[in-house]
Amino acid sequence: MWALFLLLFLPLFALPLLVVLGASFATHWSGVLPSGPTTAHYASATRGEALQALTTSLVTAVTASLIALAAGTWAALAAAELRKRHRKALDALFVLPLAVPSVVVGLATLVAFSQPPMLLNGTRWIVIIAHTVLVTAFAHQSVSAALTRLDPAYEQAAASLGASPAYVLWRVRLPLLLPSLTAAAGLCFALSMGELSATMMLYPPDWTPLPVLIYAATDRGALFTGSAVAAVLMAATLLVLLGVSRIRTRASYR
Amino acid sequence: MSGGGIRFDHVSVAYDGNTVLDALDLTVEPGEVMALLGPSGSGKTTALRAVAGFVRPASGRVFLGERDVTGLPPHRRGIGMVVQQYALFPHLRVEENVAFGLRARRVPRAETRDRVAEALDMTGMGAYARRHPRELSGGQQQRVAIARALAIRPGVLLLDEPLSALDAQLRSGMLAELARLHRELPDVSILYVTHDQVEALTLADRIAVMDQARLQACGTPQQLYRAPDNAFTASFVGNANLLPVTVRTDGALLGETELKLDTQGAAPGATATLCLRPHLVGLGDGPGPNRLTGTVGEIQWRGATHRLYVDVDVAGHRVMADVRELRDPPAHGDEVTLHFAPDDAVLLPAGVGAGEERR
Ligand SMILES: Nc1ncnc2c1ncn2[C@@H]1O[C@H](COP(=O)(O)OP(=O)(O)O)[C@@H](O)[C@H]1O
Ligand SMILES: [Mg+2]
Repeated sequence: MWALFLLLFLPLFALPLLVVLGASFATHWSGVLPSGPTTAHYASATRGEALQALTTSLVTAVTASLIALAAGTWAALAAAELRKRHRKALDALFVLPLAVPSVVVGLATLVAFSQPPMLLNGTRWIVIIAHTVLVTAFAHQSVSAALTRLDPAYEQAAASLGASPAYVLWRVRLPLLLPSLTAAAGLCFALSMGELSATMMLYPPDWTPLPVLIYAATDRGALFTGSAVAAVLMAATLLVLLGVSRIRTRASYR
Repeated sequence: MSGGGIRFDHVSVAYDGNTVLDALDLTVEPGEVMALLGPSGSGKTTALRAVAGFVRPASGRVFLGERDVTGLPPHRRGIGMVVQQYALFPHLRVEENVAFGLRARRVPRAETRDRVAEALDMTGMGAYARRHPRELSGGQQQRVAIARALAIRPGVLLLDEPLSALDAQLRSGMLAELARLHRELPDVSILYVTHDQVEALTLADRIAVMDQARLQACGTPQQLYRAPDNAFTASFVGNANLLPVTVRTDGALLGETELKLDTQGAAPGATATLCLRPHLVGLGDGPGPNRLTGTVGEIQWRGATHRLYVDVDVAGHRVMADVRELRDPPAHGDEVTLHFAPDDAVLLPAGVGAGEERR
């Protein structure tokens, strides 16, 4: 089992990531392997502009994930009350942003929020909105899948004990959904951290997320610096995801 | 809370045009234990869910005491309910599970604490208050589920096959416990859904027998056992030999054999079903007038008793007899005589189940 897993995993997942990691320590790359090793790129990747971009990315991702989680959960809960056919239609609607290229989502956001009274063009909010639209699809999808798996016996037991629907939601349904909610949050966060195409259409100069910086660096040929920034991005994302998964293990009961 | 029993007034429930509960009329008196007994799919759970408020009757009304609760949402009904899978909240400790109903009703904190302790003591789970449900055995989860339902002091307790997830030994222990709980809470009406006649006979003041969405019979266990009104009830409450007979003026004719029994006013010449409890059938000639001869088709040793299956008469009807363990049991194929007292036979209207026997 393990051997097979490694055989598939290494070339498919690990190799590209290892290349980035290798490049981030390199000074030249002319042979098969990069040469170097230096930590100079990391010095620049954790200072000034790059550090600013990292904070920007983190704030954007956290905000977008939280809004997406709230909206997606709310929609999934509301959809659960609907008839089956209407629920299917609503589910499809939420998946739509995934089916179109994210550039289109970026463009649509730009057009929608460029006129008064909703003039958000040039502010950080337009980036956050676009990210939210993109990741809500995932939040909604995972929460509504978890909802259909939730045994109605719990809600009914709670209701028979005298709990109103709101009380049942807060004390029974949401706590039971918590593992799925945190999983969804992690997914949304990771997606938002790496989002580039829609962001490119929208970002104002004072709100440059990390992927944009990486793109700019590689575009102008600073491959090794770009790799170092990318490694920082991966590390930051991984740290947050590990934190989230700690909450998740504490919240899974069965 | 609202004492005063349960009343079904012509309650029908249908799913997608399929009637699964057909005009049920049934009253559970205050403080009474009513068993709803019937085979799987007969509509028992549906009846219980109509009381709890999880299905809406297509017609008819449900009363709790004097209160018509037909249109009331479940959380306003003040009913205690325990379902087959217990449905304990996995994220809450035992004490929090039991306190759930009290917190939802905003019972003051100090009182909640006392009532949780009381409910846990009553079910013998006091020592497990800090555990999570996953750390309990099936029997313990069952007790917590009962404690949780009792903590809100319901006037009505609904139990849906509460013992079916337990093994046989635990089950008989829990049966005794449920009987004790009911003695401690004499005002609570209990509607107890089961497909197991032993549970119903042990626990219930009265039994309502359901089959195919309809109430077939309702009465005390003794009534249903001694004088069932129909073949289905006879075979579902206890074992029964059901034999097709022709009514005579002072008895009945089974094949060629004349039998003496109380015809209860049945018209001579009509066909009917004779119900004979296996343990009331004896081996040998006996003192009375009623004898059946036949060959032993099968014999089973059951420790305290022998069960004989005897093929009587030409039509191939088989009579099951449970007799005290025999020193010298007959063998397969032996010719034997069975007897029974005229008072121990019951004539039922001819119909479903005739000739069937249940083991
Ligand atoms: N939610 C439902 N939708 C459709 N049919 C149902 C539903 N619940 C129960 N039924 C049907 O109603 C009948 C009675 O079910 P139930 O009351 O659960 O029987 P019991 O508890 O006696 O086994 C069964 O035939 C079952 O298939
Ligand atoms: Mg059932």
